[in-house]
Amino acid sequence: MNAPVKLLALAFALVLPLSAQAHKAWLLPSATVLSGEDSWITVDAAVSNDLFYFNHVPLRLDALAITGPDGKPVQAENRATGKYRSTFDVHLAEPGTYRIAVVNAGLSASWEEDGKPKRWRGNAEKFANEVPKDAKNLKVSQSAGRVETFVTAGRPSDTALKSTGAGLELVAVTHPNDLFAGEAATFKLLLDGKPAPDLAIEIIPDGIRYRDKQNELTATSDKDGQFSVTWPNAGRYWLETSLVDDKTSIPQATQRRVSYVVTLEVLPQ
Amino acid sequence: MRHPLMLSLLLIASSAAAEINVTVEIPRIDASEYHRPYVAVWVEDGGHEVAANLAVWYAQKETKEGAGSKWLADLRQWWRRSGRDQTLPIDGVSGATRPVGQHQLRFDAAKPPFAALKPGQYALVVEAVREVGGRELLRIPFDWPVTASRHLDAKGEHELGLVKLDLNP
Repeated sequence: MNAPVKLLALAFALVLPLSAQAHKAWLLPSATVLSGEDSWITVDAAVSNDLFYFNHVPLRLDALAITGPDGKPVQAENRATGKYRSTFDVHLAEPGTYRIAVVNAGLSASWEEDGKPKRWRGNAEKFANEVPKDAKNLKVSQSAGRVETFVTAGRPSDTALKSTGAGLELVAVTHPNDLFAGEAATFKLLLDGKPAPDLAIEIIPDGIRYRDKQNELTATSDKDGQFSVTWPNAGRYWLETSLVDDKTSIPQATQRRVSYVVTLEVLPQ
Repeated sequence: MRHPLMLSLLLIASSAAAEINVTVEIPRIDASEYHRPYVAVWVEDGGHEVAANLAVWYAQKETKEGAGSKWLADLRQWWRRSGRDQTLPIDGVSGATRPVGQHQLRFDAAKPPFAALKPGQYALVVEAVREVGGRELLRIPFDWPVTASRHLDAKGEHELGLVKLDLNP
């Protein structure tokens, strides 16, 4: 490979959809449906190929955001990041539904400097200072990723489920903590707060280590961004969808990669 | 009928409201670690909505039989259909866990909660879950109102014994 081809390959790799080159990110709560007062849960956060086994790298918690049933932020407790997983506790002090999310948004850039490839990651603010204005062969791409899960103490509520209007989000038609084996659940995907049609959705059940196939379920969002899944079994499921568009926040970025992951628990009848 | 007293007694009996008797058997289970089960008894309508809560037996405070309402969600169907919407304890419904044996619940059709039932098809549902044990749910369908005496039952396989529903008009 000569230098320009190498650089092109690198640039291409940077903008490839995450699913083609990266592992799966996930949050795994100790419980999703709780009774009693003053409940606690603990959550594992990791990135791995195998669901839900922590065997690759931890999911960083820098962008962890927990929303309480009143819509206000809740602090995670007892945070720790180890070799393979991060972990934290959430005190469910009030009844209702909590949204637990790691939301990453940023820019990545590559260019050529003195004949060598340079790579950079950061946000729009830092971009102006850290990436040379005259960078040669500059390629910039933007990413917005949300990895989340939902947990309910007592009666399910909707305040924490409200769309933030940024990136890809899942809106409940069926409440995400009211999922049962054999029943259909309907959700709506939003992109920047508006219905996101024609997205391919991949859903993989827990327990890959003990079976030979992924057993993935697939769905496609309709014109209103809606899709339905009928849960074949009780268990935990990893749901993912992503897209690439050109709605970037800075003109230098040519593409924006948006991804969404949610861990859902389906209970037996 | 010659005896006036007997006649009047019969009249009282026939004008009295229908009676509903529920018997829930908690079976003896040979386990090295045994805890009394949490049990919920309710009436559901055709759409699986709870029409009446009849009983919920659980450890209402921290005891050797359980840590209170923390494990109520393990009565999965009941928790989903009713428990999560309730303020606990539920008056006249919540009760302590019961030992092995047959437990009777008696209801008067003219009083709540049965007085509020509209005519239609219902089911008596009994769900039991035991710490370090299993979970079991039984359904006994019945028609309301009661027009003739009926004895209905269902037999559990592990967490519940015989559940009987006796309806007397």
